[in-house]
Amino acid sequence: MAQVSLEGIRKVYPNGYNAVETTSFNIRDGEFVVLVGPSGCGKSTLLRMIAGLEDITEGVLKIGDRVVNDVDPADRDIAMVFQNYALYPHMTVRKNIGYGLKNRGIPASEIDAKVQDAAKMLNLTEYLDRKPAQLSGGQRQRVAMGRAVVRDPALFLFDEPLSNLDAKLRNQMRIEIKALQRRLGTTAVYVTHDQVEAMTMADRIIVLNAGRIEQIGTPSEIYHNPASTFVASFMGAPPMNLIDAQVDQGQVRINGYNRVMPAPAAHSGPVTMGIRPEDVTLNADGDIRFHVDILEELGAHRLLHGAIADQPFTVMVNKDHAADIGETGISLKPDALRLFDMETGQKL
Amino acid sequence: MADTTLETPAVIPHRRKIRWGTVGDHAVLILGSLLMILPPLLALTTASHDAVTIHREGLQLTLGDDLGKNFHAAMFEKGGFTQTVDGMLMLMNSFILGVGFAVGKIVISMMAAYAIVYFRLRFATLAFWIIFTTLLLPLEVRILPSYEAIQKLGLTNTYTGLIVPLIASATGTFFFRQFFMSVPEELAEAARIDGAGPWKFFVDILVPLSQTMIAAIFIIMFVFGWNQYLWPTLITTDESFFTLVRGIKQIVLSYTDSQIPEHGQALALAIVAMIPPVVIVVFFQNWFVKGLTESDK
Repeated sequence: MAQVSLEGIRKVYPNGYNAVETTSFNIRDGEFVVLVGPSGCGKSTLLRMIAGLEDITEGVLKIGDRVVNDVDPADRDIAMVFQNYALYPHMTVRKNIGYGLKNRGIPASEIDAKVQDAAKMLNLTEYLDRKPAQLSGGQRQRVAMGRAVVRDPALFLFDEPLSNLDAKLRNQMRIEIKALQRRLGTTAVYVTHDQVEAMTMADRIIVLNAGRIEQIGTPSEIYHNPASTFVASFMGAPPMNLIDAQVDQGQVRINGYNRVMPAPAAHSGPVTMGIRPEDVTLNADGDIRFHVDILEELGAHRLLHGAIADQPFTVMVNKDHAADIGETGISLKPDALRLFDMETGQKL
Repeated sequence: MADTTLETPAVIPHRRKIRWGTVGDHAVLILGSLLMILPPLLALTTASHDAVTIHREGLQLTLGDDLGKNFHAAMFEKGGFTQTVDGMLMLMNSFILGVGFAVGKIVISMMAAYAIVYFRLRFATLAFWIIFTTLLLPLEVRILPSYEAIQKLGLTNTYTGLIVPLIASATGTFFFRQFFMSVPEELAEAARIDGAGPWKFFVDILVPLSQTMIAAIFIIMFVFGWNQYLWPTLITTDESFFTLVRGIKQIVLSYTDSQIPEHGQALALAIVAMIPPVVIVVFFQNWFVKGLTESDK
């Protein structure tokens, strides 16, 4: 167990590409941190720098109290789970899990006991003598987990470990990984592009965009108080509605409407106004007119996609709320309004 | 439940149309097989006659009485100029050349490919292309300088001199490079995190993964080495280093003025020389095809 600290870490590839801009953050002992962002945002590079698979161009990386910039991956006391699992195809599950221990010169009897324990924890006992090719995707994923767990490292690193699984299995493994991490109390860094994974698993989320950190916060903070329009539209499905509005004397007015609402931030002039689709209610008498084009049935909810004042807008209503295509009135929950700078996209 | 037993369809007598395309295909295949099988067959039947008959009447299509005798003489009778070499010794030499060449080639080319693919060497690509161009320079092209080098090193009439110059070519390196590049990078990274150094990764992971590839290349190289003629002829003058392929010629040429060449024995030896490559290819066919077509990753 250990805390991880990144101080001014930066990555520039030899071809001049700036993969990660100067970033600093701390990961607390036992914390589950998720790095999330669209592809190419530098999240994997960041993880690989922590793992030691990628050189750090600039900055100081500490795992525990030790600076590990120049420490070999094998000596960083970390374990990593890869997207394609990277199991050794010619080795049995038992050997796959035990390989890291064997390389560290641990006696065979001890390896065996540890492998048994790990296998039991992951329900792999009966598959120990199979080869990876004879396992299902979920089982392979478990073996990859076993390989990480068995070494009892200070830090788990996960590189999109669930993206090769089908949706149902993914939900299940999500819970299992989280539970396992809780039980072992090992610090974990988890990379994903899936915002649902980020929201459900993280103690804290780090949202990355184009090599920069957009926001660090708990899932709830990230969801309710996004620091920028990028975070607002990236986190949450469906994303936050972002529409053009005007602030004047502490009042917000959506372009094209006269209705004003109290502004949550002191500002004046044009802004981007954000509101989550579930914070909007249908109200036949509402004076903001919403034109519904498409109705998406999700079972527990319905999504109404359409436009207000010619700007795309989505409303989420409960399943027992009648809804139909056409024009209707809506009302917005006043304390759910968020305002962003029109130019920079930063929260006001 | 529906009845699942299959009903035999009523036999409708109808004239089968002759598909001329199929007939043509088979004719070509049969002709081709005959073309391939006849010479060895002829060698076998001819080898069963005594030297005088063969010398007088040429190749024989029928089986004679001397098959056993000729084979025995070819394999176990000391012959050659020095009267010290028998077929068994030549067989052994051929095996040493074939296996030594194949193993040496695999070891060298795997290591070369490993270095090129997995290590960030300066000029790695350049090195690869330089190795690759040796494909354009087979031993026959560089035979004089090669001979000169081996001779100066005092390696004529040694197994080393026989094998090493043949090993220097790019085919194996090329095959292994392509194979290694198809191995997922994460495997190397996982091994690194698991504490496997470069050597351990090579031995524990890359070599086992390359099994089928190694087998396929072994077969090709063994047959190639086994069939070498020019280089062994040049580099070995001591008869105790003669290979089978070479020995055949020696029998045909070894007559003194009054003697007829032992054609029967030469053909017997030729058949013996054909058997190991055939056996290897037949038995390892599966590995061979697997190695060249699929990769189990």
